Amino acid sequence: MLTIKNLQAKIGDKQILNGINLEVKPGEVHAIMGPNGSGKSTLASVLAGREEYEVTGGEVEFLGKDLLELEPEERAREGMFLAFQYPVEIPGVSTINFMKTAVNQIREHRGQPALDAVSFLGLMREKMKLVEIDQSLLNRSLNEGFSGGEKKRNEIFQMAMLEPKLAILDETDSGLDIDALKIVSNGVNKLRNKSNAVIVVTHYQRLLDYIVPDFVHVLYKGKIVKSGTKELALELEAKGYDWIKDEVSVA
Amino acid sequence: MSVAVSEKNITSEIAAGIEKSLKTASSETALRKEALENFRTLGLPANKAEEYKFTPITRSLEKNFNFALQNPVSKINNVSDYTIAGVEADVLVFVNGVFSKETSSIKSTGLTVLTLQEALSTKTDLVLKHLGKYADAKTDAFIAWNTAAFQDGVFIYVPDNTVVEKPVVLHHIHDAAQGQVISVNRNLIVVGKSSELTVLEKFDSTGSANFSNTVTEAVVAENAALNLYSIQNDNGPRYQFGLTQIYQSNFSRVNTYTFTLSGKLVRNNLQFVLDGEGIESHMYGLYLLTNDTLADNHTVVDHRKPNSFSNEMYKGIMDGSSKGVFNGKIYVRPNAQKTNAFQANRNILLTDKATVNTKPQLEIWADDVKCSHGCTTGQLDEEALFYLQARGISKETAQAMMLYAFAGEVLDNVKHPVIKEYLDNVISERLHKNF
Repeated sequence: MLTIKNLQAKIGDKQILNGINLEVKPGEVHAIMGPNGSGKSTLASVLAGREEYEVTGGEVEFLGKDLLELEPEERAREGMFLAFQYPVEIPGVSTINFMKTAVNQIREHRGQPALDAVSFLGLMREKMKLVEIDQSLLNRSLNEGFSGGEKKRNEIFQMAMLEPKLAILDETDSGLDIDALKIVSNGVNKLRNKSNAVIVVTHYQRLLDYIVPDFVHVLYKGKIVKSGTKELALELEAKGYDWIKDEVSVA
Repeated sequence: MSVAVSEKNITSEIAAGIEKSLKTASSETALRKEALENFRTLGLPANKAEEYKFTPITRSLEKNFNFALQNPVSKINNVSDYTIAGVEADVLVFVNGVFSKETSSIKSTGLTVLTLQEALSTKTDLVLKHLGKYADAKTDAFIAWNTAAFQDGVFIYVPDNTVVEKPVVLHHIHDAAQGQVISVNRNLIVVGKSSELTVLEKFDSTGSANFSNTVTEAVVAENAALNLYSIQNDNGPRYQFGLTQIYQSNFSRVNTYTFTLSGKLVRNNLQFVLDGEGIESHMYGLYLLTNDTLADNHTVVDHRKPNSFSNEMYKGIMDGSSKGVFNGKIYVRPNAQKTNAFQANRNILLTDKATVNTKPQLEIWADDVKCSHGCTTGQLDEEALFYLQARGISKETAQAMMLYAFAGEVLDNVKHPVIKEYLDNVISERLHKNF
């Protein structure tokens, strides 16, 4: 589904990604961990198409297409979803109108007719339950004045609405208390199936107790320096990242 | 100084024309003559004059107009292109400053709606009691010019305890297809105690360069309410000076809505005197500018008595090489304790060539007040655009969504449903709303 080969990227003069290789297949959950500043969020941003980052080398194939050639909205329409680390507040644009526009532009891209108001509301009600989000929140301006937990639940609600092929969760767990973390994880798990995949970018092992990964990758200085199964995450939790740094410097 | 000489030249050229027109005496001639002297003394604003620092209106007039010419006679006999469909209203149409009886329709009962010329002859005392008493011809050459030279306009009188349901709509149409047009119109609105009224002024033009000097005085008595709309959406290159001078008494409520959507050079002076307690004044403004339009909003709110509330929100989106100017003065006099006065001016620049100059000016002499002001100017939030795009929304739609939301904060405050729908359509089209 997603094949990343030797991906390199910089922001301004600062080189951040130094040759990432990663293969994600349908049905898989990959966790990307690493110390602060290792390039985790940059990887998520580059995949979603954030303009500030300049890709300086490598290639990314997503469902048979050259991902790096696509505009951010085209990536989303092809089935990529980024749950933002810091969801943006947009005054005056309600979540409902925003989602209706997004759903229908994606449907148009797929050659499907636009959803009418009734079907859209029906779909919305169904998906709201997944993340236990209240409609009054969705009537309000997008993320404006939302708590941290409400913002993250709104991200997963959007994911549920758009039914992506590949979801990238960028530190969705940071700043969440345990109840909110359970709600968010539960939502993600219910959305998982054999044909979609999830990349979980996280600093903490805690989230992986709820969204159990098939693979864990450790990112350090813009490279994946170690890959393993979920046990690797537990080891990182117990020992911290220093031993990885030591291993890398010895090598 | 050659610049100074040319301002004097154009001032005396205009003054000479006015003087000729004052030979036939009528009830308001004394008022006009006094204003003409003020006009000569003040002179049109010099280049970079403080109150016109960013708006070279005198130079524009000098360059684009010949003040010795008469207005061409308009052939317009159908104004449906300019009217607001579906609004039930008394409609008064002025074409090139002249009242067009054929295209107007006055049906209202319960209030008096007359042309100002007619009111001056039939309701002389009532008109002269108010005319020129609020808009001070000693303070600005354009006000003096208007007072000395107004051709006609509208007189609206609402007696006490009368709620007028239908708005009064004034169309200021310039037909400059046959050559330049200059119009000087004057309106007087008197709203009696505990009465309510809505007035809408709409400016349209076609053809070549045209200039209007329009002054509206509104007196709002105790516990009365007035909604005043101004829609400036010219196809033609209109240069414009406008003053709306509002005088409010105890417990009165006034909402003004100023929408500047097109034009060449638009200068709007909006001045409130809050001469009572328990008053509410809301000023909403939206300017959506393209090409080389210059829109300059100068507002003054003068809190003279305690316990009143004023709130001002002006927002602008500047595209092309357009220029926005906002100047907001708030005075809180020494005995105007417990005043609440708020002001906000927010701007979005869509291009590198578009500019805005914004300046709040608060002068507060009372010590127990709540006043705040805020100005922001920036580009569209890139992070927000990316967020919308990352959900599959095209960049064009994302931009339109954000601009529409920005403008919506002003539009939301429009109360009249038909006017709101009309404005919503115009603004949606302008912002390429496709969602």
